[in-house]
Amino acid sequence: MAYTFDFASVLEYSDALLAGTVKTLALTAVGTVFGLGIGILGAVSRAWKLSPFDRIFAVYVELIRNTPFLVQLFFIFFGLPALGLQLNEWQAAILAMVINLGAYSTEIIRSGIEATPRGQIEAAESLAMTRSQVFRHVVLPPALLKVWPSICSQVVIVMLGSSVCSQIAAEELTFAANFIQSRNFRAFETYFVVTAMYFLLAIAVRQAMVQAGQRLIARRKK
Amino acid sequence: MALVRINGLHKHFGSNHVLKGIDLDIEEGQVIALIGRSGSGKSTLLRTINGLETFEQGEIEVDGEHLHPRDTDLRALRQKVGMIFQQFNLFPHLSVGRNVMLATQVVKKIGEKEAEDIARTMLLKVGLLEKFDAYPDQLSGGQQQRVAIARALAMQPRVLLCDEITSALDPELVNEVLAVVKTLAAEGMTLIMVTHEMRFAREVGDKLVFMHHGRIHESGDPQQLFANPQTPELANFIGSIN
Amino acid sequence: MNDISTWDIVRNLLDGALWTIGLSLTAFVLGGIAGLALLFARIAKNPIPRRLAQGYIEVFQGTPLLMQLFMIFFGSSLLGLEISPWIAAALGLTLFTSAYLGEIWRGCVESVPKGQWEASASLALTHFEQMRHVILPQALRIAIAPTVGFSVQVVKGTAVTSIIGFVELTKTGSMLANATFQPFMVFGCVALGYFALCYPLSAYSRYLERNIHGSRAH
Repeated sequence: MAYTFDFASVLEYSDALLAGTVKTLALTAVGTVFGLGIGILGAVSRAWKLSPFDRIFAVYVELIRNTPFLVQLFFIFFGLPALGLQLNEWQAAILAMVINLGAYSTEIIRSGIEATPRGQIEAAESLAMTRSQVFRHVVLPPALLKVWPSICSQVVIVMLGSSVCSQIAAEELTFAANFIQSRNFRAFETYFVVTAMYFLLAIAVRQAMVQAGQRLIARRKK
Repeated sequence: MALVRINGLHKHFGSNHVLKGIDLDIEEGQVIALIGRSGSGKSTLLRTINGLETFEQGEIEVDGEHLHPRDTDLRALRQKVGMIFQQFNLFPHLSVGRNVMLATQVVKKIGEKEAEDIARTMLLKVGLLEKFDAYPDQLSGGQQQRVAIARALAMQPRVLLCDEITSALDPELVNEVLAVVKTLAAEGMTLIMVTHEMRFAREVGDKLVFMHHGRIHESGDPQQLFANPQTPELANFIGSIN
Repeated sequence: MNDISTWDIVRNLLDGALWTIGLSLTAFVLGGIAGLALLFARIAKNPIPRRLAQGYIEVFQGTPLLMQLFMIFFGSSLLGLEISPWIAAALGLTLFTSAYLGEIWRGCVESVPKGQWEASASLALTHFEQMRHVILPQALRIAIAPTVGFSVQVVKGTAVTSIIGFVELTKTGSMLANATFQPFMVFGCVALGYFALCYPLSAYSRYLERNIHGSRAH
């Protein structure tokens, strides 16, 4: 009945764990950069009611936020080929991450933009700045700083959520875990180690995002 | 024998020594006006008297209830000490009547009917009986503060602490609250007030306590002190107020 | 495989959706109860329950739901318990939900102004009486909108349980997609099914959020 834990049999596969970690981080990084880009565009369209883009983004945000990431992934990977759009597992995973984070960051950044005090914009306009100058210099930087903690949290959530990309055979960290436990028959130890790795990654990614935010502030203050 | 005795009270906020040995005796029925600049420790002193702030050294005694450093059971003391706050702090989810009844029912275990009678009596006293079923957000600031006074009175405290109770009010609402306090003083309620209303302090106060840098710098009869301050700090303070 | 009609697909998906709803409700109710316990631990005066609850919340918010499900599934078999995917899914999602609700509710309790604590303390109420009569009634009102909002995350979270073999809407969709070779249509319907469950909750949460500011506090 006594069970002997064997964590050494997991660590034998450190190469696979490392490769999976790198892929998970890469997926997160690409998803974050392009997702935030979409988020800024979406937030501007929504906040400034740029027809018809504001409507399009509204529908997009609702569709993504009210369906599971796993189903979005399956739809892209298995469903889109029916429309002639054949994507490999990495293209599908990246697309799903970008689309997902884009929807959430649209809402997050929009809330920051809408919290800009009216007087700030009036002051800038009275200095004869154009609409896009007002946005670039007066509205966006403080809005991003204000919502940065929410963005950090969302990026961590998306990174953790990326573990289901293993289901379309994208070889990220969870895929590595599945692979290892099929070889060493030590499912519990394997998933325990990988869960701990995700926990550390979540802390590291959050730290990195917070640092990036502070860089943003420091640069603005120069 | 004094109703409130404060002996050798010391308090720090981190490395900041905010109360540097306070000794103060307050007789039953006295009205004490605590004055001083912001940061002088007057609000902190008031808040230690009912345990909202802890202290490291010294002793407080209210009507036989002793309070020592790091005491955690404040229930007996707080039943004897009522407090009115600058921001009123009425419970927004309860009606005016329920605000006044809550502690009498929960703490004193008084029945619904009797608690309601007490609440009505107290609201009548502050002139707001007709607001029994209203909610705090339907009242003006002055009315809310009068309800807060009724709420504290319902517990039949021996002493009432007032922490800048008119500072958050629009000027035209200050007098209705001061009028209630004046009535309480006339009825013999023991009052300790942190206040910026110097005229009121002079008119109603029995004793003026001027705090400066965490110490009682000067105290005595309000009329005399205002007319003839003994220290340059108090003279300076009175000058800056007027 | 042309003997599977569109009607068959829809009927099977509806069956799967019932399991999704059942799992969501189970996790939400049990997770809510556990979340309440976590809330009390999190705001206790004693630092030991406070730290324990904080650690629990950090672990469940800092690891993937899929890993939590694997750990429960394989951990229980290690203990000699052969649990069904349904039990593993319900347990995993309950723990996940409790961590998030506990943290959301703590935020609500802490957003009640400090003056409310001080006023009730000065009226000689005990800590428990303050919570019961003054703090929780106000926190509850603040908590309704974010709690309804989080229920959307619970419904979406149920999709992950398909991976440990629980047959709900997503798993039913996967099996139908394989059987019919119509993944575009099937997964489109699956997505619509989730949307139909989640959108009303999102919209209701937003409605509550907007109205909380305009409405009276009682």
